Amino acid sequence: MKVRFKLNGEEVEVEANPASRLLDVLREKFGLIGVKEGCGEGECGACAVLLDGRVVHSCLVPFANVMGKEIITIEGLRKTEEYRIIEESLLDAGSVQCGFCTPGFVISIYALLKNNPNPEDKEIREAISGNLCRCTGYQMIIDGVKLAAKRGEKLWKA
Amino acid sequence: MNRDFKVVGKEVKKIDALALATGEVKFTADITLPDMLHVAFLYSPYPHAEIEEIDTEEALNTPGVELVLTYKDVPQTLHTTAGQGYPEPSPYDTRILDKRVRFVGDRVAIVAARTREIAQEAAKKIKVKYKPLPYNLDPEKAQESEPVPPQDAYHLLPTIYEPRKNIAAGIKLKFGDVDVAFEKSDIVFEHRFEVQYASHSAIEPHAAVAFYDERGRINIISTTQVPFHARRIVSRVLGIPLKNIRVIKPRIGGGFGGKQEVFLEQVVALVTMITKKPSKVVLSRREVFTSSRTRHPMITWYKAGVKKETGEITALKLKALMNAGAYGPHALTVMANAGSKVLPLFNKIKNLLFEGYTVYTNLPVGGAYRGYGATQGYFGFNVMLDMIAEELGIDVLEFFKKWHIKKGETSPIFEELGEGKEGVAQVIRSCALSECIEKGAERIEWYKKRRKKLREGDKVRGVGAAILMQGSGIPKIDMGAAYIKMNEDGSFNLHVGATDIGTGSDTILAQIAAEEIGTSIDKMIVYSSDTDFTPFDVGAYASSTTYISGGAVLKCARKIKEEIIKVAAEMLNVPMDAVFIENGVAYTEDRTQHVSFEDIALYSMYSRNQHQIQAVASHIGLESPPPFMAQFAEVEVDIKTGRIEVLKFVSAVDCGQPINPVLVEGQVEGATVNGIGYALWEDYIFDEQGRLKNASFWDYKIPSIKDVPEVETIICKTYEPTGPMGAKSVAEIGINGPIPAIANAVYDAIGIRLKSSPFTPEKVLKAIKEQGLKL
Repeated sequence: MKVRFKLNGEEVEVEANPASRLLDVLREKFGLIGVKEGCGEGECGACAVLLDGRVVHSCLVPFANVMGKEIITIEGLRKTEEYRIIEESLLDAGSVQCGFCTPGFVISIYALLKNNPNPEDKEIREAISGNLCRCTGYQMIIDGVKLAAKRGEKLWKA
Repeated sequence: MNRDFKVVGKEVKKIDALALATGEVKFTADITLPDMLHVAFLYSPYPHAEIEEIDTEEALNTPGVELVLTYKDVPQTLHTTAGQGYPEPSPYDTRILDKRVRFVGDRVAIVAARTREIAQEAAKKIKVKYKPLPYNLDPEKAQESEPVPPQDAYHLLPTIYEPRKNIAAGIKLKFGDVDVAFEKSDIVFEHRFEVQYASHSAIEPHAAVAFYDERGRINIISTTQVPFHARRIVSRVLGIPLKNIRVIKPRIGGGFGGKQEVFLEQVVALVTMITKKPSKVVLSRREVFTSSRTRHPMITWYKAGVKKETGEITALKLKALMNAGAYGPHALTVMANAGSKVLPLFNKIKNLLFEGYTVYTNLPVGGAYRGYGATQGYFGFNVMLDMIAEELGIDVLEFFKKWHIKKGETSPIFEELGEGKEGVAQVIRSCALSECIEKGAERIEWYKKRRKKLREGDKVRGVGAAILMQGSGIPKIDMGAAYIKMNEDGSFNLHVGATDIGTGSDTILAQIAAEEIGTSIDKMIVYSSDTDFTPFDVGAYASSTTYISGGAVLKCARKIKEEIIKVAAEMLNVPMDAVFIENGVAYTEDRTQHVSFEDIALYSMYSRNQHQIQAVASHIGLESPPPFMAQFAEVEVDIKTGRIEVLKFVSAVDCGQPINPVLVEGQVEGATVNGIGYALWEDYIFDEQGRLKNASFWDYKIPSIKDVPEVETIICKTYEPTGPMGAKSVAEIGINGPIPAIANAVYDAIGIRLKSSPFTPEKVLKAIKEQGLKL
């Protein structure tokens, strides 16, 4: 089946099994390796992408569901100023250890700050609770999000 | 000694963090090669069985399938998958595939196909006739049960190994006479503690890729903590010369000990050797749970005799029973560490007995896991100390401070108990444990909250503490090496065998080199863990990288600095001792003349007496200085539901001189939160056939950001004279304290002693029923 959708700002069309996972199509057909597979069950969030601006776990999305939709992966996000702020803040706060989960976290943090430029501690925890990290213990990720909220103040409110 | 550092001790950003955040960097699973085959496994549905017949025809005829391997087709070399130094202190009891399967999840066959899906589907088409055998899931019944390991299993070391009795390892250590001392004690404490199975749960699942290079050598890229051990083990298992194998470590998505096992590398190498095509295997999360490695469950029986007047523990007996599962990687050394990393902390106990056995059962396989025995041993140890202090009517923190090992002191255990052989005598040269206890107590508000049993409705609060030590590498065994060369622009290539698995070791090793050479970190180009292009290193385990590999880097940096000064002296026409280096520039003593690193490198390559400015160095630890830590938990227990909520967790650590404080915090907090998950939820649930019922992140709960309390890290700096720049290790220690600290906090809140982790609501309610609330 041929599916047309918008991927990282470009209209694309690709032939794939409609039942295949969006995760596999992104990795295999488009080489978007920033989308990681940690559990394949929608629990760890390493494969998080934006579908029409909402965070989804691409391992749970049947490929046919993206017809006519817009997908943004970490590869698309990293061209933006918002990404730069998040990345710098995470680096400065020491939020990155092994980094396997980081692209997924960045996606969730971006969606959070776009919707809520000034999140409380509790709101941060809620918004990124779909992403698992085994290295950091999360404290430094929370610090990173707060830093990004502050540094990108104008950007998030725009 | 306190040095004024310029690069070390500073919050230098991780040098690989940027590429990791952008998602550009390749992990093993991201590697695709032309014509690559994907590998899948067929696993045993039985806890113990003999394969009577195996029919692979239908699988092999599936379109896209290129290879199906059973035990009949693979080398039958016995080996251990434990990625340890040679000779490994683990039994040789494993084959790539065997006629007998020993746990649900043991491998039966290997399938290689054009896609992962085809391989997985084809694996299901293999027809196997099993003859089920008697099996045993209970470590306490192991010695009387059907032998689990192969008839011909053996151990390279002269150690206790009785496979026919399912004994995978045994240890006995004795000082003085505990029985006489117990008789003479005023109070005797005796309790049984139990810790459970757990999964490392690195977010990146295990993976490996193999391919032939243009010279016909097997190249392996894998999620390994031990590339050099992986090369050695693959060579042995497949019977191919070591020189024909190259192992490369890419970025690794966390290891925690789980990737110290070599069990995929030989499979992809074999598939590639047979098919002449690249091959890849990536485990699913389910496979990681059932068929990779786990935390060894352990039962410990502690018995302590105490003099009432002085509070002296006159005798201590630790008996331990560890469950290896179906194979024995790390069976001896994890058990040894339950004593050797725990008991020296109270070094004034004159009568001591430590006796431990590791046994085979028909359950998933234990392995190295952050903490490595100390996690298992510290539970009972710290709860016992809490009980003793209470009985003596003194504050447990004062009890800790009075009796813990101090600077200038030693313990006979250091010498007696090593890793697979005797240990190494050592005197503690740095210890800020008392300071850790005091600072941590202040932060958790110990004296305000302890014994207050603050209650609101059904919820009662309490605080508890634990004290810990670990080691810094395995002394006189672990070796790391480093190579540095200087480039024309004054930059340096630093090549290390040390294995950065997400810890940031590439960064801290660059910091050590830059500091010693006298340049900035951006001038260091780090390349690590490639058996062709970097010198040897044992790998990332046993809290060794900072101390051992860091020691090698420091030596190497000293040597190249001398080389640089030699050339600078020639250029400046002054004696070598009249030259000093500052920020990448060599000055004459009086600062009247100088040459930059760039000038020096250019001169050495093109002008006179041309040569490459370079150095190489190796380092072994002659001692294993322990880092120390005090951990504190504040909990709230719901006496109606049995639910424990950790409100705050404080860790105060002495890791010597922190090379990079942010990375130290990251290690401590990551370990702590992993430990909290282990204390409260993480467990393997088996059915009566030994089938794992919760092999997913849905059913096996690791902490999410919503589950974790405020965690705080305090660094109590010391200077370890034997460590590079004064550093000791820090990676493991933080995982050991949450179980006892939380158990002690629960006691402080409601007067219930928890002795079996994880502390689920069911267990808490049961304990309340049995012991009765003391509010």
